[in-house]
Amino acid sequence: MKITVGLAQISPKLADVRSNCETHMMFVDRAAREKVDLLVFPELSLTGYMLQDAMAHTARKAVPSDPLMHSMLEASQRLDLVVGFAEVDERGRYFTSGAYLSRGQIAHLHRKVYLPTYGMFDEGRFFDSGDSIRAFDTRFGRMAILICEDFWHLSPPYLAWLDGADVLLLTSASPGRGISDDDRLGSARFVETINKSYAAIFGNYVIHSNRVGFEDGQNFWGGSTIFNPDGELVVQAPYFEEALTVAEIDLAQIRRSRARTPLLRDERPELTLRELRRITGEK
Amino acid sequence: MTPPDLTAKLHINTELARAVLKTFLRDEIRKVGIEHAVLGLSGGIDSALACYLVAQAIGAHNVYAVRMPYRTSSPDSLDHAQLIIDTLGLHSETVDITDMVDPLIARTPDITPLRKGNLMARARMIVLYDRSAAHQALVVGTSNKTELLLGYGTLFGDMASALNPIGDLYKTQVRQLAQALEVPRPIVDKPPSADLWIGQTDEDEMGLTYADVDQLLYLLVDERYSPEEAIEAGFDRVYVERVWKLIRTMQFKRRGPLIAKLSKRTVGIDFLYLRDWGY
Repeated sequence: MKITVGLAQISPKLADVRSNCETHMMFVDRAAREKVDLLVFPELSLTGYMLQDAMAHTARKAVPSDPLMHSMLEASQRLDLVVGFAEVDERGRYFTSGAYLSRGQIAHLHRKVYLPTYGMFDEGRFFDSGDSIRAFDTRFGRMAILICEDFWHLSPPYLAWLDGADVLLLTSASPGRGISDDDRLGSARFVETINKSYAAIFGNYVIHSNRVGFEDGQNFWGGSTIFNPDGELVVQAPYFEEALTVAEIDLAQIRRSRARTPLLRDERPELTLRELRRITGEK
Repeated sequence: MTPPDLTAKLHINTELARAVLKTFLRDEIRKVGIEHAVLGLSGGIDSALACYLVAQAIGAHNVYAVRMPYRTSSPDSLDHAQLIIDTLGLHSETVDITDMVDPLIARTPDITPLRKGNLMARARMIVLYDRSAAHQALVVGTSNKTELLLGYGTLFGDMASALNPIGDLYKTQVRQLAQALEVPRPIVDKPPSADLWIGQTDEDEMGLTYADVDQLLYLLVDERYSPEEAIEAGFDRVYVERVWKLIRTMQFKRRGPLIAKLSKRTVGIDFLYLRDWGY
């Protein structure tokens, strides 16, 4: 099956859900005109990233009755969507969430597990962390959503792969940092390297949507990418600029790549589990 | 033991730096609903580079450059500032601060050169913030990372600005980027000077060279070396201890005023919003 994927590399406005909702609708319109089947927005695309105390006025419940979610679900009648937002649950806990929306339904909700709280990051101060990594079925096959720091760790992509995800949907609000004499920022170089590696190691498509723009002087570098199951770059959005980047991907390539290098077939999760039990001291 | 040569580590991709800083200025100025920028042009390399960046970001016709000489300022400084104004085609104005500063100096017989320098820096800040209101223009800062870390600047004077494109560039990187942007050679090549008194140079006043101190700062700050590790890497102990002490004792210049906490929620402590939240 061939599907057309859109990377909605936007610059969300901090804590301005109405404006961000309009931006999403504009990108949905453009993507629909380009016959996009699946449009992927970045981490916290509807709310902005460094919300701090503004989280309380900005976070939404992940239910169809929420007006924002309702608008997004309407849009998902036209094409499948991955959107990011600050979520508040019924008990007042906040999460960095990513939702896969399809044909008016919330097909899957992922709550960011790894919240960077070091150096320039302070996510753990404001957000609770999710506690599951799950693949889910879509009309284009089985996928998983991971949010930024989730895929800086090795285990979430690995678990998603073992849970059946053939396409990794990676979203981020990755601040650009680490200038050197290289033509890319250190953070861009790192993310591109690991995403390419995941694609090649898992024989997966790896779709990464990263935001652009600035929040209090910190840049987000964009450069969203799709890597194919051979670890080859299919397409890349520009650095630092808003863009809708569209590419067709051939899901049959996954089978062909894995036939040549059957790493999934030969993977031994029971051995991994046994060793993990030993390492963590579980009897 | 000789210090390691970290010149290559400080080398930046100037095209990438230019792209980030241009977008930074455009984004953060326009976000506020403002189209213009104002900055003090001293004739030195820092404000020259800031000027080139902001002109590229929002267009030279949106930039107000203010020359603010004091009676002892070097004529070269004024000429170099004018060279930038002419090269880029900026709006410009010259405000002589002598009449602002001298009456206070006249009333203060025991004033030191350092205090006079601070008075001048703060007089310039007053002019810039007035022009900011007059032109609806944000004040663009021109303090570099070396100055910020060593505290070589006047609190509420030249350190005051709305946004600063060069605050994360060491002085040697400022020079590199200025060259790449083709800031005129006489400005890039002359010895850095705050021009607060006749014949002053930064390096003489601080008793160090930017070329050396930037390498040490890079290890201590960017690479998170402890002072002991920097000494083990080959830097002189007395030098490292002196620089480390400056970094620590000048921290107050990099922070806002302290607020005594009394209530359940306090500005700056647990009332936490980005500045961008306001726009």
